[in-house]
Amino acid sequence: MINFVVNGAEAYSEQPGDTPLLWVLRDELGLTGTKYGCGVAHCGACTVHVNGQSARACVTPVSSVTGKKVTTIEGLSPSGDHPLQKAWVAEQVPQCGYCQSGQIMQAAALLARNKKPTREQIVSHMNGNLCRCGTYNRIIAAVQRAAKEV
Amino acid sequence: MIDLELFDFKVSRRAFLGGSAGLMFGFALGLPKTAAAQGAPGRLNAYVSIAADGAITIQSPVAEMGQGIMTGLPMIVAEELDADWSRVRVEQSPVDAAYHHPIFKAQYVVASISTLGYWTPLRVAGAQARRVLMNAAAEKWGVPASEMSTEPSTVVHAASGRKMSYGEIASFASAPAAPPAIDPAKDLKSADQYRILGKGTQRVDVPAKTTGAAKYGIDARVPGMAYATFVRPPVRGSGPQSSNAAEVKKLPGVVDVVQLDHGVAVVGETFDAVRKARRQLKVTWRAGLPGDGIDTDKDLETYLGDGRDPKRVGVEWKSKGDAAKALSGAASTVSREFLSDHVYHAQMEPMNSTADVRRDGIDVWVGTQAPTRTQLDVAKALGASPEMVRVHQQFLGGGFGRRATVEASVDAALVSRAVNRPVKLVLTREDDLWAGTFRPMTTQRIDVGLDAAGEMVAWRHRVVGEPVGDFVYQPGYIKAAKDRDVIFMMGAELPYYDKVPNWHSEHLMEPERTRVAAWRGIGSGYTKFAVESMLDEVAQITKKDPLEFRLSLTTDARARRLLQKVGEMSGWGKKRAGNSALGLAFCEYGAFTPKFGSMIATVAEVSLSKNGVIRVHNYWAAADAGLAVNPSAFQAQVESAVVWGLSCCLKERVTMTKGQVQQSNFHEYQILRMAETPQIHVEVMSSGTSPTMVGELGVPGTGPCVANAFFALTGKRLYHMPFTPARVQAALKAKKIEA
Repeated sequence: MINFVVNGAEAYSEQPGDTPLLWVLRDELGLTGTKYGCGVAHCGACTVHVNGQSARACVTPVSSVTGKKVTTIEGLSPSGDHPLQKAWVAEQVPQCGYCQSGQIMQAAALLARNKKPTREQIVSHMNGNLCRCGTYNRIIAAVQRAAKEV
Repeated sequence: MIDLELFDFKVSRRAFLGGSAGLMFGFALGLPKTAAAQGAPGRLNAYVSIAADGAITIQSPVAEMGQGIMTGLPMIVAEELDADWSRVRVEQSPVDAAYHHPIFKAQYVVASISTLGYWTPLRVAGAQARRVLMNAAAEKWGVPASEMSTEPSTVVHAASGRKMSYGEIASFASAPAAPPAIDPAKDLKSADQYRILGKGTQRVDVPAKTTGAAKYGIDARVPGMAYATFVRPPVRGSGPQSSNAAEVKKLPGVVDVVQLDHGVAVVGETFDAVRKARRQLKVTWRAGLPGDGIDTDKDLETYLGDGRDPKRVGVEWKSKGDAAKALSGAASTVSREFLSDHVYHAQMEPMNSTADVRRDGIDVWVGTQAPTRTQLDVAKALGASPEMVRVHQQFLGGGFGRRATVEASVDAALVSRAVNRPVKLVLTREDDLWAGTFRPMTTQRIDVGLDAAGEMVAWRHRVVGEPVGDFVYQPGYIKAAKDRDVIFMMGAELPYYDKVPNWHSEHLMEPERTRVAAWRGIGSGYTKFAVESMLDEVAQITKKDPLEFRLSLTTDARARRLLQKVGEMSGWGKKRAGNSALGLAFCEYGAFTPKFGSMIATVAEVSLSKNGVIRVHNYWAAADAGLAVNPSAFQAQVESAVVWGLSCCLKERVTMTKGQVQQSNFHEYQILRMAETPQIHVEVMSSGTSPTMVGELGVPGTGPCVANAFFALTGKRLYHMPFTPARVQAALKAKKIEA
């Protein structure tokens, strides 16, 4: 059994240690906000935080988070009103929305350590997260908007 | 069942924008058959129910895949209902004939025609519900119904100064046995009375998409379910001959390996077990199919040869005048060839479906563009009646045409039956691409005839490639449609360049071997690359400004307005600083042109790096899709389609050898990233009194815009999408083609 903390609560997995965290979160713990896109860390749809750092859950073995704190989109803010989430609504960012949990978690990791990112810093930090609906410009605008609030 | 091919025939015959009301009435009247939707208090018709506290629930009949339809369509109902939008809650409607699209006779979202199709039925539904409320209040007060009017969510009797809220009325009113008749010609609002339409409204699906709460097909969870994946053959029509199923079955966590005629399912207790077992699965596929020999590089050469062969006569798509005669009588001719590769949808959510097949009923949870077809095809595959199948529509993690076919649900149902458990079937990204359905690769040839004064007198456009209809629908479909394939040929026409006297377009069909499909923008994604690149080259040869040249070809007021607008937006014709240049395109979109259709004028600003990478810095678009129902969502759709189109023309490419796809995941099938995305400036130009297509409108201009800007920058032309660095460098070295 692998013990860790998810969104502030104790959690455990009975899956083999090499099981990607993504499937433990989605299928064992029922946290489906974290998405499967590629399985090889090329798209960023599965981005979560492990001890505050952004991580691609699809290539993170669950054994590697033993004793660590995992945050998913469901745990980013208890009432869904993190400045990024509000900015995402204000800028009407999501279209299909499938990649947006990963986008928001990736952006949250940036704002946590850089409260005033430049446009270039935002693009560089976010460039690994794909969005097939092409909402990239609105993501940039939303991160900039949220940065004014944090 | 679903007849995409016969669009324009049906539409022109029924003239459904012309106010032939009879067509519409069936939709808004009465209640849906589905038991779940029946008998609810406050239910006024299939679309509207109102609670005593004034909360209004509006059914959205169409799948939400990011296009904003579950906001836009309810806005239409709410407008005629005269609802207070802040009290409106939107529900995804069940699959039921009451919600059928009037053209498709099904719930089906393709071709960007949801808003266009539901426009009148939904206005009638809203007006009818409003009429029920007014009649009920009039009866209560004992005054004539003709004296009633409404304010948002309130019925007013002006003569006596009395008011009653919709909620209050709903507490005693119910749907009358014979719903009041609404005449769309007389009983609906005119555009100047709109309070909701035409103003930017925030999308109702957005909040849940920022918290992880939004449920997609892949998120379905059913008690006791197993997980599965499905491996399809590389080649269309093939299937497993043999496999190591017996060994794979013994792997940890594997429940079963189910071999079907068209593929192999690995079923397990967790998706991770399935995923690991799938890697061990080895299948020998049946050989001897037409697709075995596919080699895309070589096949493109064959296509080019066919396009050049004067003995090959294609199926006419559209024409005006006598292009052949005008061409042979022309003072000079210009011929060019354009190529485009297969492209993959790359929707972020891999294909999936969850099915629970039981004796007493069949449930399917899926995000699909085709819920009615899901119901019918699942029933057919299981030998059940369609009423047995309940489809639970989920959000779509991208549709783009990929989710217009329903094989994932059929497979999930077959596997569920085989293992006698609910099954969530999810493709790995690799399998999603390996068995992808692609926009067909093409070669195109355009011959232009000029008279002695340099005026364009003839235009012949030959498009070479595999038709799409049979694979998307069923074998024999294209034959039944008399070989006219709207998905393949869309855009190979000049409906608004009315000054071109003679033109002709035709489809030279190649043998059907590939899994080909509708892909956002359909044929227009490549036909307009050819059309608008060619026009640019004719402008160059005849020494005209590309914008002035296009203006000289059209007397259409909407088209001219867009061209002039995008010229202003982009600073067209002004002196430019720096190492970038502008390119222009004008495209229409829609199957109903020139009677009506959407149109867009676009300009791209590009620069070029030393290693041959094209960078697009700014992209301007002026777009007209008739009445703009929700302009902010319209703008978002154009932005999205522009990124989609740029991704396609700069990067995307599926290649095959021996029938097998050569790319496996996003490292090999690259799509546009944030750092490559230009600033996109969209001007939504509303016109007329009814809406046309939006979702794909931004796609077709991208390829020609970039190619034309590349010409303005370098003096060289790009003829093969995508414009990869290797092709760009080859183009730079190429000799100038003489006219």
